[in-house]
Amino acid sequence: MAEAILQVRNLTKHFGGLAAVENVSLEVRPHELHAVIGPNGAGKSTLINLLAGDLRASSGQIHFQGRDIGSLPPEKRSRLGIGRSFQKTNIFPSFTALENCRLAAQSRDPRPLRWLRDAHSYQSIMAKGQQALAAVELSERASDLAFALSHGEQRQLEIAMCLATEPQLLILDEPLAGMGAEESRKMVNLIKKLNATHAVLLVEHDMDAVFQLAQVLTVMVDGRLLASGSPEQIRADRDVQSAYLGELEVRP
Amino acid sequence: MSHITLPRWWLFSIVLLLAIVPLGATTFHLQLGAKIMIMAIFALSLDLLIGHTGLVSFGHAAYFGVAAYTIALITPKYEAASFWLTLPAAMAAAALAALVIGYLVVRTAGIYFIMVTLAFAQMLYAIFHDTKLGGGSDGIYVNVRPELSVAGFKLLDLESPAQFFYLALIALIAVYWTLNKVLHAPFGRALAGIRVNEQRMRAIGFPVFSYKLGAFTLAGTLAGLAGYLAACQFGFVNPEILAWHQSGTVLMMVILGGIGRLHGAVIGAAAYVLLQELFSSSALFGAYAKHWQLFMGGLIVFMVLALPHGIGGLIDIAWRRRGGVLNVESGDG
Repeated sequence: MAEAILQVRNLTKHFGGLAAVENVSLEVRPHELHAVIGPNGAGKSTLINLLAGDLRASSGQIHFQGRDIGSLPPEKRSRLGIGRSFQKTNIFPSFTALENCRLAAQSRDPRPLRWLRDAHSYQSIMAKGQQALAAVELSERASDLAFALSHGEQRQLEIAMCLATEPQLLILDEPLAGMGAEESRKMVNLIKKLNATHAVLLVEHDMDAVFQLAQVLTVMVDGRLLASGSPEQIRADRDVQSAYLGELEVRP
Repeated sequence: MSHITLPRWWLFSIVLLLAIVPLGATTFHLQLGAKIMIMAIFALSLDLLIGHTGLVSFGHAAYFGVAAYTIALITPKYEAASFWLTLPAAMAAAALAALVIGYLVVRTAGIYFIMVTLAFAQMLYAIFHDTKLGGGSDGIYVNVRPELSVAGFKLLDLESPAQFFYLALIALIAVYWTLNKVLHAPFGRALAGIRVNEQRMRAIGFPVFSYKLGAFTLAGTLAGLAGYLAACQFGFVNPEILAWHQSGTVLMMVILGGIGRLHGAVIGAAAYVLLQELFSSSALFGAYAKHWQLFMGGLIVFMVLALPHGIGGLIDIAWRRRGGVLNVESGDG
């Protein structure tokens, strides 16, 4: 089995007396899709913010490609190869779709202090932005302002922005939230496609999508890790059934 | 709302018009024109922070004042200093002040940023006001204006109001051109991203702190250019030029002209200086002229309510109505 790209050990986050995440350990391997599920308030979003660097852990370690990243700010983690999407759509609404991706690609330009040449004349960065849009099938909307895109398209755009930074690990926070059936189907296919070339950590409420996509599942309840394993193991797990999946008709 | 630039032929016509003004203008009008252009440079530098990076600085006079004091302090009492020495020295001093203060203040945001920029500017004010360094509260004179010559040939005579007017015009064009380039370059696009969504910028890997510090330092340096020219023009520097009134004045110019558009800062500076002339004219307002701030304040409140995008915004609308297309940056509505 390949070496894990992301290793989380005994991660804990306290907000005052409340432990939002407590003693969580998990691993994500290259080309693996690891889904984290759990009821609302289980600490999934806190976990993602800890991994992406928006929050600092109270204790525990996060290793990315063997390197301890627990004390790095979000921009440094992004530069190491962690791309994240947000639970609530987080884009540059007043920029065009292409500019959203071009700017993301620009962040990887080793010459950040070019002050006088027009940003749009840097062909390789433009091309990276366009490729990222093409990867999520948004090329046709390239010159539309991002706020004019549909909700589903904005979610796709957000993933395109991640791709433009050429990450090794994608952290996706409820990419299907608020989507219709058709949009969801498209997004599931997109994630499947991306998973062929990226490690993915997915937080999602849509169980059909999760069981379709995930190779490994982690179940969180009240900030703690309840169970972890293959989809089959999780389906069969008694604790999980009673704590969380009870509401689901578990398919035979 | 940023990155709206006026059509090129408008800019050319305005520059051409300004270039022929000195041929028939009086000394008073030349000095007024130069003052407007100097304040326009000052307002442009502040708009780089407010309109294009999203940093509302309330202490921008500090860098204007540091540069003005620099030229006053390094100019000998009875002879002219070299323009080529004093200008870089003044701008470098302003840049250094902005870099040091910026390093401490750009960590903060919102109301805290406003308060700490103000606090640092007031600290500099206190240094110049309460110590003998720059002549205390009386200030110091720049008795002789710098000499602008190349290889022994006097290029411009800064003692001549018409030639000083040209110097201010050249400086304004240079600053406008530079900022327009910077805002369209990768650096400027990153600043726009920070203004719109700072959290997102971090998540895609931008070292936001460095970019903000870069913008803060550039803005301080350009404010220093304005301060240098102001000290040359008035031949006198006192602590009031870096007091919070001055920071407030330039802030009002930016708001009056329309935040986030380069021509707005220029229009705002012109409108402010001309309105101040109007309201403080005792020929028109008699005894009330002493209280010009009252009318000025009232008018500014009215204009902010009536024109949320400033006078510059009004021009944009007029231009669109005529069927013209403004050069709106494709990346930013």
